[in-house]
Amino acid sequence: MNVHEIRSMFPALSRKVYGKDLVYLDNAATSQRVHTVIDEWNRISSESNANIHRAVHRLADEATQAYEAARDAVKDFLNAAGREEIVFTSGTTAAVNLVAFCYGEAFVKEGDEVVVTEAEHHSNIVPWQMMCKRKGAVLKVLPVDDYGHLKVDMLDEILTDRTRIVAVTHISNVLGIINPVKEIIEKCHAKGVPVLVDGAQGAVHCRVDVQDLGCDFYVFSGHKLYAATGTGVLYGKRKWLDAMPPYMGGGEMVGTVTFAETTYAPLPMKFEAGTQNFASAATLKQAIEFINLLNDNKLVEYNDKIRDYLLDYFQKDERIRLFGVPRGTSQEKIPLFSFVVDGVHHEDLALILDKMGIAVRSGQMCAEPVMDRFGVTGMLRVSVAPYNTMEEAEYFVKCLNKAIDMLM
Amino acid sequence: MTLIEAENAIIEEFSMYEEWLDKYEYLIELGKSLKDYPEEAKTDEKLIKGCQSRVWLDHKVEEGKIIFNADSDAIITKGIISLLIGLYSGRTAQEILSSDFSVVEKIGLKENLSPTRANGLVSMIAKIREVAMAV
Repeated sequence: MNVHEIRSMFPALSRKVYGKDLVYLDNAATSQRVHTVIDEWNRISSESNANIHRAVHRLADEATQAYEAARDAVKDFLNAAGREEIVFTSGTTAAVNLVAFCYGEAFVKEGDEVVVTEAEHHSNIVPWQMMCKRKGAVLKVLPVDDYGHLKVDMLDEILTDRTRIVAVTHISNVLGIINPVKEIIEKCHAKGVPVLVDGAQGAVHCRVDVQDLGCDFYVFSGHKLYAATGTGVLYGKRKWLDAMPPYMGGGEMVGTVTFAETTYAPLPMKFEAGTQNFASAATLKQAIEFINLLNDNKLVEYNDKIRDYLLDYFQKDERIRLFGVPRGTSQEKIPLFSFVVDGVHHEDLALILDKMGIAVRSGQMCAEPVMDRFGVTGMLRVSVAPYNTMEEAEYFVKCLNKAIDMLM
Repeated sequence: MTLIEAENAIIEEFSMYEEWLDKYEYLIELGKSLKDYPEEAKTDEKLIKGCQSRVWLDHKVEEGKIIFNADSDAIITKGIISLLIGLYSGRTAQEILSSDFSVVEKIGLKENLSPTRANGLVSMIAKIREVAMAV
């Protein structure tokens, strides 16, 4: 496979914006959908639209099969020990909220402590903050250094016998540095503390093996992973999911219901109340099949080349301040670059690039604490997917320079 | 020039630029032409809410006319508020309130801004109207 063959699998990539070829570099927010995902969503919506799990008729059966096939695909993708450890949610945000609430209900008491890091997306801060407030617990923060790397050594002093859980991002959506989550998990487990890993970026860029990592929870979204939006995954070790109370009450999550008492359905249904977004969730299977296709060596090499080209550019151009810099080799970083140009507002750059056909992200990127850490009000971010070409990266650099000249 | 004439002049000016980048160049120049805005007037009270970038709008009344001054940390936004000030500053409240502000749609500014930025534009116009109503 070469990049042009990969591109041809994405209908959105052939469109034009303002009369120019689209150069889509906002992949860390939403990736484009591969046509097999679109086809599957259309197929289920037009042929097999029925409530999953409940009815005995043919349509319900087909919809259920597609939905559950996606669960099997996710189980293999993460190498989970069992399919009951895979809970479908509406996205990473919903998955973190579920754990923060239900784990908090079961295990967190007044005076206990929860640890997050300075590199987190708001989705991996606010749900914990809300839980801490409800429970009278304390939120503690593991800082990052000037290069955007977590100060893992500080964990030893941050973890106490009151720490109940640690929530850490696999890869920050701003810094793009692959965090040493395995080491963090080992440190936490040594003190008996479970760990939730936010894999919103990690699941896209790393080969995740939850048994090897040893994480207690791993969460990610479908829409950053070439699947339909409104889909997400919560992986949880069975022992935790069993011990946690349900999140929402409703249909399908119950065993028996009487007005006196209700028993709950077994995993994973216990956490999937109500009619699920089954047509979208089912597309996770096609998305994962696509990802498996990408493990082709030539493609990985090509993508690494684009990353190295951009990293080199961002580090050499003196007008640019890059956040999230590898300490060793470029392999520590995914092709995601957040930066500022001193004296130029990130929003102006994004607006001008847009009119040149280039989609990038500007602003705080749902990570205000990271902005505060580096003393900026916002950044510009380019994030590259395996369907982006070297020509696009070069065109971006050319346009960025033109935009800076216009604004200086 | 009456307000309607001024609005029509801007619409004509914009129609000369076919490329969006040229429109931006024009807005950037407009932004740079705004006169100095005092640091001490960058208060929360004068900050326009709903904009992604920060926009401050200050005003004073002289001989029955409202004089606006504004600033923004982003230059294109500054160009947009500069364009609005060029139209509405130095006019009476009555004149300002007589406008339907359709000029921003006619020059294609509203539809070509992302929704978050379009909101900012709506907020700027709302603030100008609010000032005019309060005078």
